[in-house]
Amino acid sequence: MSPLLALDRVERAFGGVRAVDGAGFAVAPGQVHGLIGPNGAGKTTVINLISGLLAPTAGSIQLGDRPIHGLPPWQVAALGVARTFQNIRLFPDLSARDNVLVGQHLRRTPSLAARMLMLPSARTEEREARERAEALLTRVGLSERVHEHARHLSYGEQRRVEIARALASAPRLLLLDEPTAGMNPVEVQAVAQLIRRVAAEGQSVLLVEHNVRLVMDVCDTITVLCFGKVIAEGAPRTVAEDPAVIAAYLGNPK
Amino acid sequence: MWDQLADLYATYQSTIAFIGINSLLALSVYTTLSCGQLALGNAGFSAIGAYAAALLTMQAHWPFPLAILAAVAVPAVVAVPLGLPVLRIRGIFLAIATIGFGEVVRLGLVNWDYVNGAQGIVAIPQKTELWMIYLAVAAALFVLARLRGSKWGFALEAIREDEPAARTMGIATTRYKLAMLVLGAALAGLAGGFEAHFTFMVAPNGFGFGRVVDMLVYAVVGGSQIYWGPVVGAAFLTLLPEILREVAPLVGIEPGPLRLLVNGLVLLAVILFLPNGMVSLPRRIAEWRAARVAARSAA
Amino acid sequence: MGQQVVNGLFLGSIYALFALGYTLVFGVLDILNLAHAAVFMLASFVALTLVGRFHLHILLAMPLAVLFAGFLGLLLERVAFRPLRARADSNISGLISSLAMATVFEAVALEVWGPNISRFPFGTVPETQLDLLGAVVSRLQLTIVAVAVLLFLVLTWLVKATRLGREVRAVAESPRAARILGVDVNRAIAAAFFISSALGGAAGVLFGLAFNSISPDMGRSVELKGLAVIILGGMGSMPGAVLAGFALGLTEVFVTAYLGASWRDAVSFTGLFLILVLRPRGLFGAAALREA
Repeated sequence: MSPLLALDRVERAFGGVRAVDGAGFAVAPGQVHGLIGPNGAGKTTVINLISGLLAPTAGSIQLGDRPIHGLPPWQVAALGVARTFQNIRLFPDLSARDNVLVGQHLRRTPSLAARMLMLPSARTEEREARERAEALLTRVGLSERVHEHARHLSYGEQRRVEIARALASAPRLLLLDEPTAGMNPVEVQAVAQLIRRVAAEGQSVLLVEHNVRLVMDVCDTITVLCFGKVIAEGAPRTVAEDPAVIAAYLGNPK
Repeated sequence: MWDQLADLYATYQSTIAFIGINSLLALSVYTTLSCGQLALGNAGFSAIGAYAAALLTMQAHWPFPLAILAAVAVPAVVAVPLGLPVLRIRGIFLAIATIGFGEVVRLGLVNWDYVNGAQGIVAIPQKTELWMIYLAVAAALFVLARLRGSKWGFALEAIREDEPAARTMGIATTRYKLAMLVLGAALAGLAGGFEAHFTFMVAPNGFGFGRVVDMLVYAVVGGSQIYWGPVVGAAFLTLLPEILREVAPLVGIEPGPLRLLVNGLVLLAVILFLPNGMVSLPRRIAEWRAARVAARSAA
Repeated sequence: MGQQVVNGLFLGSIYALFALGYTLVFGVLDILNLAHAAVFMLASFVALTLVGRFHLHILLAMPLAVLFAGFLGLLLERVAFRPLRARADSNISGLISSLAMATVFEAVALEVWGPNISRFPFGTVPETQLDLLGAVVSRLQLTIVAVAVLLFLVLTWLVKATRLGREVRAVAESPRAARILGVDVNRAIAAAFFISSALGGAAGVLFGLAFNSISPDMGRSVELKGLAVIILGGMGSMPGAVLAGFALGLTEVFVTAYLGASWRDAVSFTGLFLILVLRPRGLFGAAALREA
């Protein structure tokens, strides 16, 4: 099967430092792909490169058969890529539901004229969007917190709203940047299940995560990044036994 | 009774008109503020609208409604090529670049002999009626109210709160910012067109930096988090001098300085204690009361 | 031609002095202090009162007025900027609160000195004329250029070589890091405001002497020109502000001479606008383009 996402010799330098140095890997459709590596390996930079917040200094990134490197973030998003942020970036003064409504931006096609004229069609479209948002929040276990301002939610709740907001655009590829950081074990378990279900529905997930247990449990394939280079790739068990990985990553615990 | 009301109306007709005109101007600054952009070129847009409308009614003998449409359309069209490069810069730099634009427009008019340079255009026919101004204010408020809570309204709020994050949600942020700049330019131009045909004259120095500062102050004092805040601010600050004129002899300060002093102090108090403007005052009082009750029951 | 250059340098030195203070606060706080021009104006009036009412010599009145301006800077920092520092939108709300303070200052000037143009009494400064390479120069003009250059050198030394200067630069780099390094951030910022406003005050007094015309709205045109100067010089760059100040002074004099006075400001602001759109870092400066 041709991959959904393919990175080829991608490079990104900041000044003289190459945060990503010729990295290449591919994510297959419907798969959970782990991206791990010691701190400073360039994982978040890779996520920023894919989502268009950064442009690579060399190399190519393909989504399906389209090159997406150098596209602005909103165009990448329009092609079916959604993401969460390592340092949560919800809209703090919007409610949980309104955050998810923003996430539906690409899915919604209301008519401005209908909205201005207060036509019933506009009202129906808005009701459906709200219902979808509430359903997504229920899916991440936040049905009780729909109307709460994002700034008043707990850390773990905020991370879950971010996941719901990313899912709201019905993306082909979901980029999760440390989605369980700061969560308790129960919440981590729930997120693991959610990731598996998302993949089972045919969406691909690229997961950056420090929680080794979670990565081993949910990923189909793992790419190990070290100083911006791919040093190992394969099934979780193969990677875990790779001597280079043990030296670079497990031998250099966080 | 009716006679007294009619007297009152005759005395304050101009104030009532300016509450509406200033409301339009305050809303024109609000549109860009609603997506987090501080653009201060609106005195320039207003001047373009005023001059366009005045020239069309006086030189081309267009009917007033068409001239007013031009006062809306010309600045809106100018805003597009201005916005494309300018909206790439942010924050204070956008403010300065747009102030620069406003000054360029003003100084261009000063140096344009066809429109009498610094003297401006005089003897413009008075065609603006109060109902036209208030119809325009109501229409603007209606459009802004309908935007709020819509897909586009959420996109604007997202851009205001975190622009890069909004971009990763597929929001074409530049288009939204440009749309708001154009809408603001149109409102400022409309206000300019009305003003020109209300006060008989337009002159470049009526559209200087001080004017755009006034617009910003209306929006901030009223409250720039909600669409009707700027109208509250414009009404309050346009009425204030009328009240102060009565008060000035009592406090022994000349009306001119007193007006400036009170304006400055009101603005300072709002920005320090009511960051969401006068419209947030009732909620702030409620919060403050609740805090006092809580403190008392704790004690 | 030579006369034009001399006049341009003289006008430019006042712009440079004004912009130096403007850009210092911007460099430290990323905030545009729109009350800077009001301080400029008040200092000029204070010097006038000291000379006219209290018959002080201008050489004594000027330092006192400059000191007064410095204290106005401390007041500004305390009232209009410090309470807003923690806010996410502090650079926009700071702009607005400084505008409020500028309005209050202008109201005070209007009430105390009235709306009309005030002038220094005759003979406040000697009216000696010198001949310099064929151009007529007054001693006052020479003094003004010399004072501006001197103050620039003192400020550079202060920022580059003293402990206070190092602290101010550390705060400009990162207030949080500076605090960890033991810098009293509030004190450093207050110092920056004091120096900035004192420079603005000095510019105001010199402007008042040079044109012998002081009024409550005299700061307004300088305010916008100061913006043009700090943009041209690269926001936050002190040598840039000085170079740009002289550049603007020369440009204005030459535009006035060859195109007419009414084009003077149009050229400046068109330049400002084009620079911001085409080259936002300024012509001379390397200051990074900061995001809001």
